[in-house]
Amino acid sequence: MFKHILIATDGSDNANRAIEKAVEMVEPYKEHVSMDLVYCIDGDTSKKDILKYGDAELADIKRRKMFANKLSYLEDQGIKTENVFLHGEPAKTILTQLDSKPYDCVVVGSRGMNEFQTLILGSVSHKLAKYVKIPLLIVK
Amino acid sequence: MNVTSLKQQWFGNVRGDVLAGIVVALALIPEAIAFSIIAGVDPMVGLYASFCIAVVIAFVGGRPGMISAATGAMALLMITLVADYGLEYLLAATILTGILQIVFGVLKLSRFMKFVPRSVMVGFVNALAILIFTAQIQHFVGETWIMYALVGLTLAIIYLFPLVTKAVPSTLVAIIIVTAIVVIMNVGVRNVGDMGALTQSLPVFALPNIPINLETLMIIFPYSLALAIVGILESLLTANIVDDMTDTESNKNKETRGQGIANIVSGFFGGMAGCAMIGQSVINVKSGGSGRLSALVAGAFLMFLILVLGNIVVQIPMAALAGVMIMVSISTFDWSSIKNLNRIPKSDASVMVVTVATVVITHNLAYGVLAGVVLSMFFFASKMSKVTVYTRYDEENDKRYYRVRGQLFFASVTDLLNSVDSNEKVTEVEIDLTKSHLWDDSAVGALNKIEAKFNRNNVKVTFKGLTADSARLLNNIGGLSNGSGH
Repeated sequence: MFKHILIATDGSDNANRAIEKAVEMVEPYKEHVSMDLVYCIDGDTSKKDILKYGDAELADIKRRKMFANKLSYLEDQGIKTENVFLHGEPAKTILTQLDSKPYDCVVVGSRGMNEFQTLILGSVSHKLAKYVKIPLLIVK
Repeated sequence: MNVTSLKQQWFGNVRGDVLAGIVVALALIPEAIAFSIIAGVDPMVGLYASFCIAVVIAFVGGRPGMISAATGAMALLMITLVADYGLEYLLAATILTGILQIVFGVLKLSRFMKFVPRSVMVGFVNALAILIFTAQIQHFVGETWIMYALVGLTLAIIYLFPLVTKAVPSTLVAIIIVTAIVVIMNVGVRNVGDMGALTQSLPVFALPNIPINLETLMIIFPYSLALAIVGILESLLTANIVDDMTDTESNKNKETRGQGIANIVSGFFGGMAGCAMIGQSVINVKSGGSGRLSALVAGAFLMFLILVLGNIVVQIPMAALAGVMIMVSISTFDWSSIKNLNRIPKSDASVMVVTVATVVITHNLAYGVLAGVVLSMFFFASKMSKVTVYTRYDEENDKRYYRVRGQLFFASVTDLLNSVDSNEKVTEVEIDLTKSHLWDDSAVGALNKIEAKFNRNNVKVTFKGLTADSARLLNNIGGLSNGSGH
């Protein structure tokens, strides 16, 4: 069924569950599947990470490290995978990314790390559900 | 730089830059006024500064898409200068700040930024937030409940309006609504007009009206040095954040020089010193700005608004500005640092806390940074100076083995000397330095001393596993007589 999957992740446990569920979903034919792990860097993430790590280069290395485990997990499963970093507001940049490649499915965790933000700004998954034109799996 | 990339930096994103520039200009006005009030000068000083700096940096900056203007960090450093000597000295200090920053830029000192540890930077940002917040408290003194209500209303609008739309900065909406309420209902609260004059005219070139002599220099130099350092620190931090947000690179030395030029221009046109602003730059990029044009539009549109709407601006109640400043301080504060305080190493946490405490006590961000840097250096030296010595005695050959682990330098040799019992009567001693490194004269001296002491008792000493660098140092300084076999 789905072969080119975009997984939106923020590195949270919820997002990790979404990755596992996506793998379960494609289990029977997983060697034909590619999954892109997409992480969005918005203004607040930049500010937080630069204060934490000092400069953009190191922040990039640390972010790649954050997903290294998941990438090798996917590769061990025989799934082609790639780490994509997008800069800007999550929902918006994910929608742009969807246009750049022939994805046929989007997977996202239902809740990110910050509940207060969800309350104020609405969740990313909610926005994606509204605007994405291909099947979307929201993992609860 | 070639013409195409310059053209790209200016006109690569015209629509986004113009719109974002307008948004930033609207958000800059209340901050420029409020920062002037923190510094103790007329609102025009901050507005002129924001205009001059934003426009000049558009041409000479090294980080397109970053917004520079009058800032809280700089305003906080000026308070005592303005209070003791007045505006003219501030203008002179601003010009000198610019000169110092150009010197820093030419000498490529931005690479020394990495000597400022991250925990100091976090402390710097948090202290800045605390100072901006405490600077608002004076506006509440002797005020009625109306003041509190208006500030509360301002904050409510600022945080809730984005639910409706994010196209217009919510701070501006809050200011317009609160000002309208005060004007229409004729509430008698203090407003911007009470804090100083606001003239609807363009800034003009003028030399600061001060005696040019050594005494003046002695007065302004400490302020200028602090301003120059803090300005560069915040500008380069912001440049890194914008680099990361936009996934592009920037020229840090050019930016440092650019900040200098912008401050010189600002000083000559009656503005106070400024630097890059994290909050505004984030707003700019979020609103679609990425090129040099965005800073130019922000500065020019800000001036245009002041020229046209100056008589409305004076009616903005202080309550609204205090509300905006409280929001600025909340968003400036690095809240994740509090959450991580018990997770990061204790030394880092205490550096952060000391930086914040120093700033809050001295009201000077430069002192805080200095205290933080010095303290981290001490922690580093003490961490580095941990030397562990393992020892083993071989009865068969009457031989004592020492294995040294750690860096050997002036601060750590005492540990080594204390752990080696050089009076022990054995036949032979072997000191293994494979897991160690010699750094200086003191290290070589310590090894010599150990060898000499053992030799006095006719104990043979051999050193094992010296790294190439250590061996070279040993030879150069005129090291061990015979024992440095491998």
